[in-house]
Amino acid sequence: MKRMNRQMMAYRLAQDIPDGAYVNLGIGLPTLVANCLPPDREIILQSENGLLGMGPAPKAGQEDPDLINAGKQSVTLLPGGCFFHHADSFAMMRGGHIDICVLGAFQVAANGDLANWHTGAPDAIPAVGGAMDLAVGARQTFVMMELMARDGSSKLVKQCTYPLTGLACVSRIYTDVAIFELSGGRAGVIELVDGLTFDELCSMTDLPLIDAREGASA
Amino acid sequence: MINKIMASAAEAVSDIGDGSTIMIGGFGAAGMPDQLIDALIDQGAKDLTVINNNAGNGDRGLAALIREGRVRKIICSFPRQSDSQHFDARYRAGQIELELAPQGNLAARIQAAGAGLGAIFTPTGYGTDLARGNEVREIDGVMHVLEYPLHADFALIQAFKGDRWGNLVYRKAARNFGPIMAMAARCAIAEVSETVELGDLDPEVVVTPGVFVQRLVCVPSALEAAA
Repeated sequence: MKRMNRQMMAYRLAQDIPDGAYVNLGIGLPTLVANCLPPDREIILQSENGLLGMGPAPKAGQEDPDLINAGKQSVTLLPGGCFFHHADSFAMMRGGHIDICVLGAFQVAANGDLANWHTGAPDAIPAVGGAMDLAVGARQTFVMMELMARDGSSKLVKQCTYPLTGLACVSRIYTDVAIFELSGGRAGVIELVDGLTFDELCSMTDLPLIDAREGASA
Repeated sequence: MINKIMASAAEAVSDIGDGSTIMIGGFGAAGMPDQLIDALIDQGAKDLTVINNNAGNGDRGLAALIREGRVRKIICSFPRQSDSQHFDARYRAGQIELELAPQGNLAARIQAAGAGLGAIFTPTGYGTDLARGNEVREIDGVMHVLEYPLHADFALIQAFKGDRWGNLVYRKAARNFGPIMAMAARCAIAEVSETVELGDLDPEVVVTPGVFVQRLVCVPSALEAAA
């Protein structure tokens, strides 16, 4: 099986973002998508801290401490970009004005429930940021994650065991071995990496998956 | 004559008392009013409840206020970060209370306070641990939770330019929580890099109308200070 690395996952996800889309990329893994957007499409990135039309990282020495992204990294603003305050920023998300958000996840359930803010461990310090607002407010929520956790368990689950971020909010999951489309409470497989069979994927997740690949018999 | 420009940061924060609730602007270090906070540390107020997006980054601003043990409780969305060591230490020692709120609900509750609303219904957080016990209501087929406004005694914010009536403009993404915190606090105090004459700020681009601001202090900007 040819597992995708994180860069390949970001590249693959970026191909599914259409021209003209307003997109919010969560911190961590989803940030990689910014560098993979197809150059022939005009895709506008929103950052929760008050940027629309966010551009790439500045050249060394050109950093501006007042121009950062949600992960507090230095960024630039594209011509046509603008700034706004936090209530407007979250009105964009919650009000359904953002077409796609891409979030990382600890777990996603087949019904679209998302858990990505807290492990629930007693010594962990929880932090939620804008994840709950994006999960409920963006028109589509994509998750980008490795399918298997470090302990070998599937992160696509029947029911989340970590505290929830949002209910039935995830529509697609881009993983290192397959792409899933979630609808009607079930997880459909729309792409598999080379060398992995549908049955092998079913045994990895221990879920009743649907083969939704092009040409697959229902 | 109205003149909200104070002579110093120390004068601007002089009447902040023990036990006050204080909104502090900034997202990470961008927009953090470091000089007002330094003045507040010198002034000595303690047992503060602080509302900010984070819980301090690095060693300056809110991080310094927490390090000095002045903060009893923090209401924020994203405390844990690679450089939140001063909060982490106080939290693990049981010396600071944390109330976690989804970032958009934090902003909406601050804005609701400034706008005089009694409460808001928001879909964010429904069905999660962060809205456990909140009143819920189905509106147009979507489940919402009831959230109450967040008021404050003082807001400490950073802006770029201001005039003696308190009109403010901001710089880039340092704007973040400044405009809504100015609205929500009984006394909003802004540190600005430059004060200008009335009429110098284009009325079409004023971001915070002066009515929301009670005091201004002109301080050298972090950019200039670093130069």
